[in-house]
Amino acid sequence: MAVAKPGEQRTALARLGGVLRNVAPVARGLLSSTTGAIDDWMTRALGEEFKSRLSRVPLTLTSTGVDPFGMDPQWVKYALATVALLHRRYFRTEVHGIENVPRGRVLLIANHSGQIPIDGALIGAAMFMDAEPPRFMRAMVERWAHTLPFVSLLFSRVGQVVGVPENAQRLLEQEEALLVFPEGSRGISKTFDRRYQLVDFGLGFMRLAIETNTPIVPVAVIGGEEQYISVGNIESLAKLFKMPAFPIIPQLLVPGLQLPLPTKYHMYFGEPMSFTGDADDDDAVIEEKVFVVKATIQTMLNKGLKERKSLFF
Amino acid sequence: MSTPRRSRAHAKKTTNGAHATGSGGSVIVTGICGRLGKQLCRVLHRSRHVIGVDRRPFPDKPKDVEHQQVDLRRKKLKDVFRAGDVEAVVHLGIMHDPRASAAEHHSWNVAGFAKLLEYAAQFRVRKIVVLSSANVYGPQPGNPQFLSEDTPLLGGVRFHEIRDLIEVDMLAQSFFWKHPETETVILRPVHILGTVRNAPSNFLRLPTVPTLMGYDPMVQVIHEADVVAAIERALTPGKRGIYNVAGPEPLPLSHVLRILGRPNIPVPYTVGKMLVKRMWSLRLTSFPAPELDHIRYVCMVDDRRARHELGFSPKRSIEDTVRSVDEARW
Repeated sequence: MAVAKPGEQRTALARLGGVLRNVAPVARGLLSSTTGAIDDWMTRALGEEFKSRLSRVPLTLTSTGVDPFGMDPQWVKYALATVALLHRRYFRTEVHGIENVPRGRVLLIANHSGQIPIDGALIGAAMFMDAEPPRFMRAMVERWAHTLPFVSLLFSRVGQVVGVPENAQRLLEQEEALLVFPEGSRGISKTFDRRYQLVDFGLGFMRLAIETNTPIVPVAVIGGEEQYISVGNIESLAKLFKMPAFPIIPQLLVPGLQLPLPTKYHMYFGEPMSFTGDADDDDAVIEEKVFVVKATIQTMLNKGLKERKSLFF
Repeated sequence: MSTPRRSRAHAKKTTNGAHATGSGGSVIVTGICGRLGKQLCRVLHRSRHVIGVDRRPFPDKPKDVEHQQVDLRRKKLKDVFRAGDVEAVVHLGIMHDPRASAAEHHSWNVAGFAKLLEYAAQFRVRKIVVLSSANVYGPQPGNPQFLSEDTPLLGGVRFHEIRDLIEVDMLAQSFFWKHPETETVILRPVHILGTVRNAPSNFLRLPTVPTLMGYDPMVQVIHEADVVAAIERALTPGKRGIYNVAGPEPLPLSHVLRILGRPNIPVPYTVGKMLVKRMWSLRLTSFPAPELDHIRYVCMVDDRRARHELGFSPKRSIEDTVRSVDEARW
């Protein structure tokens, strides 16, 4: 059995604890007044619509006040407010065909772009702000993100889960909406010359859809590729930092351009597609079905790009 | 926990020796002198004849409990089986002292358990319950939120001291297949909290709890009394297999600390790891550095099988479970 800590260390820790205890009420007071101010500002910026949607969005909480995946409604509120602001004010997203998203379990399959996963957040914002009734969407997050401090914490509290099939299956069985980027991290770090050209799709989402009998809604997101312009990818550095990619983004060196460029986003939701068959079929058979989805998204992308009149307006 | 000694009158009649009470034969409980073992004993001896096997003394044992102060690796263990009509074995006697020498640790856990299994097969024991742990899966960044019983046991990838426990679990699994006449049950409970002196309870008893800055994993905890109840369920005839055992609904580590009302200091991981390593080598802490992964990544289990097949559900609320680490330690 483990041995208890020796006395001296205990007192040192206790003393530190005492100091923390004195600081805590002051900090808490500051925090509550700031959150109050933020709440007011949020309501003004987003209007009553946001509030009413927040009260209508279904969240599955357990007796501990969070959901089993770690989603905390307090965090979700601010996260949704932030992405809703980005969605409405910063990127001024135009959403087309959101009524195509069926009720109940659904897999949203989208192209991935933009170096940082803002596209995922904006699809989530569209599902919350534009879908009727409002829905809380989950995304499958790269494992790598879960090794990062703060990032892993944030993703977990706002209900985003590690991208493994077991999690996806569990969520779909709970009739949730799940976003998957089958391109994975290869998609998000595309260089500018390859913008809007889909890279290879993973097959996992198709097996999942067949196994859980889930309709697939193809989603095309336009505008993300121009927010950060990547001119290359240094693989050796990516390997060194254990990152999925190390893009070269010249604009980051220009003061004030660290934020993504405020391009106008266009989002197209296609008609739901259903696939049947054996989830454990050969890769070649699954690949054919995946190709249908990929081709649909590429067509939607091409059409959307043709219709786009300006990058920023 | 108060423990009524209901069967005092009955206990007076009994002498040390083989005899059966209640239903059928006796139950051997290894590691009975641990805090969990004592609690199991107090519940079990009301209905069954309990034989404790532990090399430690058992000073305040109930009178109708037989205690054999035997090292599991010694031949004398066989005499315990030979003397009593042994119906079931509950194996709690797993050493988890990261300070013990690796050789002693390994020999105790693996060789001792192998002997126990050997005699169980030889004397046709009808039931074996092994208390493994959900830690055998190991906390990893890519873990599914809820690990099923079929997940590979990767706990030893980063934390070598857990490999003994994994081997014990594996031995029990192979025994399950090799000896279908014995009902083998492997329980893998999540972090056990209470008066027990295991790493998670000791961690929560620290006056100021260190946490890792920017990490706040979801955790599952279970009250020691619920673990005892799960062992009791596992002893029911007809139950066999591997079961993850979880307590109340999961919650973030920070909420656990909030329930306890303990202050915490967030420490960056690299600093924390370095400090713990240094303190460990100076014997200032009982937590080996790789255990930090438990407050960094998720290692939660899917307990649906235990709920449906074993019919087990935890009775203690999350508040009771967490606060139990502060209960008077007897």
